[in-house]
Amino acid sequence: MMSTNTTTVNEPIKFRSAKAAKRLSTITAYSLLIILSIIWLYPIVWIILNSFRVEYTGTGQLIGIVVSHYIPKSVGLENFRRLFFDSLFPRWFLNTLMVSSVSFILSTLLTLSVAYVMSKLKFKARKKFLNIAIILGLFPGFMSMIAIYYILKALQLTQTLFALMLVYSAGAGLGFYVAKGFFDIIPNSLLESARLDGATNSQIFGKIVLPLSKPIIIYTALLAFIGPWMDFIFARVILGETNRELHTVAVGLYYMVYGERVDSNVFTLFAAGCVVVAIPIVTLFLSMQKYYIEGVTAGAVKG
Amino acid sequence: MDLENKINKKPRVTSRFLSFNKNLFLNTKDKFISFVNRFKNGSIGTKLSHFIMGAGNFYHKQYIKGSIFFIIQAAFLTLFISSPEVNRTPLGFKSIGNFFTLGTVEGDVFSRTDNSMLMLLFGVVTFGIIAMFLAAYFASIRSAVKADQDLASGKKPTSFKQDIASLLDERFHVAMLTPAIIGITVFTILPTIFMILIAFTNFNHERPAGQVLFDWVGFQNFLDIFSGTGEIAVRFGPVLTWTLIWAFFATSTNYIGGILLALLINKKEVKFKKLWRTIFILTIALPQFISLLAMRNLLSEYGPINAILQNLGITEAPIRFLANANSAWTARITIIVINIWIGIPYTMLMTSGILMNVPAELYEAAQIDGATKRQAFFNITIPYILFVTTPYLITSFIGNITSFNVIYLLTGGAPTVSGYIAGETDLLVTWLYKLTIDQSDYNIGSVIAIMTFIITASATLLSYRRSKSYKEEDAFQ
Repeated sequence: MMSTNTTTVNEPIKFRSAKAAKRLSTITAYSLLIILSIIWLYPIVWIILNSFRVEYTGTGQLIGIVVSHYIPKSVGLENFRRLFFDSLFPRWFLNTLMVSSVSFILSTLLTLSVAYVMSKLKFKARKKFLNIAIILGLFPGFMSMIAIYYILKALQLTQTLFALMLVYSAGAGLGFYVAKGFFDIIPNSLLESARLDGATNSQIFGKIVLPLSKPIIIYTALLAFIGPWMDFIFARVILGETNRELHTVAVGLYYMVYGERVDSNVFTLFAAGCVVVAIPIVTLFLSMQKYYIEGVTAGAVKG
Repeated sequence: MDLENKINKKPRVTSRFLSFNKNLFLNTKDKFISFVNRFKNGSIGTKLSHFIMGAGNFYHKQYIKGSIFFIIQAAFLTLFISSPEVNRTPLGFKSIGNFFTLGTVEGDVFSRTDNSMLMLLFGVVTFGIIAMFLAAYFASIRSAVKADQDLASGKKPTSFKQDIASLLDERFHVAMLTPAIIGITVFTILPTIFMILIAFTNFNHERPAGQVLFDWVGFQNFLDIFSGTGEIAVRFGPVLTWTLIWAFFATSTNYIGGILLALLINKKEVKFKKLWRTIFILTIALPQFISLLAMRNLLSEYGPINAILQNLGITEAPIRFLANANSAWTARITIIVINIWIGIPYTMLMTSGILMNVPAELYEAAQIDGATKRQAFFNITIPYILFVTTPYLITSFIGNITSFNVIYLLTGGAPTVSGYIAGETDLLVTWLYKLTIDQSDYNIGSVIAIMTFIITASATLLSYRRSKSYKEEDAFQ
């Protein structure tokens, strides 16, 4: 009696509770996502708000330092005006654009050619090259940077944007793994049949492989283009601290806030600079998201 | 790939070493014999090629190729013998002697001091040039011999046009790799060798290049890690320990957090997946110097976070989170937490991609076996993700050991330890940066770079062994 009783009573409750549990888990999932999104957006929104923050003291002085209130009390475009007309920012922006335009073309060419050779062409020293590339990749990047600095100095190239272009693109040949992973997937039979039709290796690469490789070309080019906008360290060493007209956006904006002889009242100016840099970069990145995700996933799985 | 095989065969190290040496010896012997034979049996052109590069090509009327070889030889000999001075330091045969002495002239008010740094650098460059010249020299002889052979077998020696054409076909790899190899040699290999050599000198802030001579000191700088009271002896242990702790927590928190976030977004009930994903991808798209400096200011004493904490009555006075924190661990934990914000989106992205690729057969088989969804999740989804991402876990551990931006932009290594350069949050790489760029203690910096290399290299070797052993288990094949 007891047992039948319990089952008859329990069944609908269980059913109801399962539904409730599902609802609960949906609510939990959404609230978690919302909380996390707030945490992730909080600093980004803060920078954007600060770029528009135009507050004055009683005596009419601009308050450009970090303040404790999150939402600005008054807003305006004064920071952007100062950024474009009273600071070196336009120079930094053009410098970075120039460096990244040249170096992304060079490094995309280098990366793709090495990746293709390592993936599809068989020759004697191939394995040796692969091992050397792995070992070289293990040295900390700026271990060699100091030496690069002196080599460039001996060539009288330091403190030029040209040197920075060289530094960004020259080593690109070593970063071929992801692209190699992509080329590995292209079936060999395709290349062999082209061979049988009398195509040369360069024709196979140019007319068959490259047209198939749009995703990896975009991935490589995207990362190479964005690199100079993100890099801080190489640009700082190569371009030096003193010659501020030569800086890229990252170095320029860093010294705007943490340089030795700057007034502390520049945070809002810095924020405006960040917004101007971030808009094109983030837009570019998000529009090419698909290729980036493909590359990251492939790279991770290949190791 | 070669590396994998070598590790997996695991023959006794000594015997492998001996056989390697034996091979090397046999190889050299063979090469020498064939070299002598080539000299004996070649045409006059080939014989002459041993003294004048390109002679063999001229003999076979390959004028352009011959001229190229001849110009290489002429240029090399001119440079080598004349040893022109670049920045008042000779580059040529004199560089070889200078490489060993690192300069002898200690200048005074009237004369210049030898620039030891450039002498070391030019020494390395000269050895590189000699190696390239030798390669060209042997190539010239080979090309002369090949022309001989072509003639002997009734063919015409290849024309310059044909040589170029072969670069686009059977020797396409040469054409494709040459620019990259030049770039890597000049900007990676040469500087790396140079910096390794610096670790064996006493080139530091007391001996600025061109003002005071520096010299070879053998392994002294490495021994200084273990004894004495210098910066490197006192701070190496703590910095290394913190580097490893940081790498461990930075990797594991991002890994676990990223997988959880991906699972959350990929839950069936959750709609607008793309929107959620994009919110987190924003962090990846934003240049790191922006997000890190934003964080640093958000957490500053007068920033909004401290204001919130005080308004909520959680703390009385502002908390110093980063560079001027009261205890090392406050700054360290803050850095690791901020790094979660930076790093989770990467793992999330990657795991999302992997989740979509879990082989459907696995789930079907589980369903046939009567597994519940929950069981399928814990016995298929999770193991699959872990299996597929193991290589990533190791590469990101290595990446974190050498991660520079997070530390440098958040704290610059501070809180400081009084009397020493390396602060409480300095990693090996930021320490190396400060020692070389700010302090000009190049020799100690190089030692730290080499130690960093040893750590990352051993982690990589371990990872190769692991990933291969996984593959051999065929767990998911």
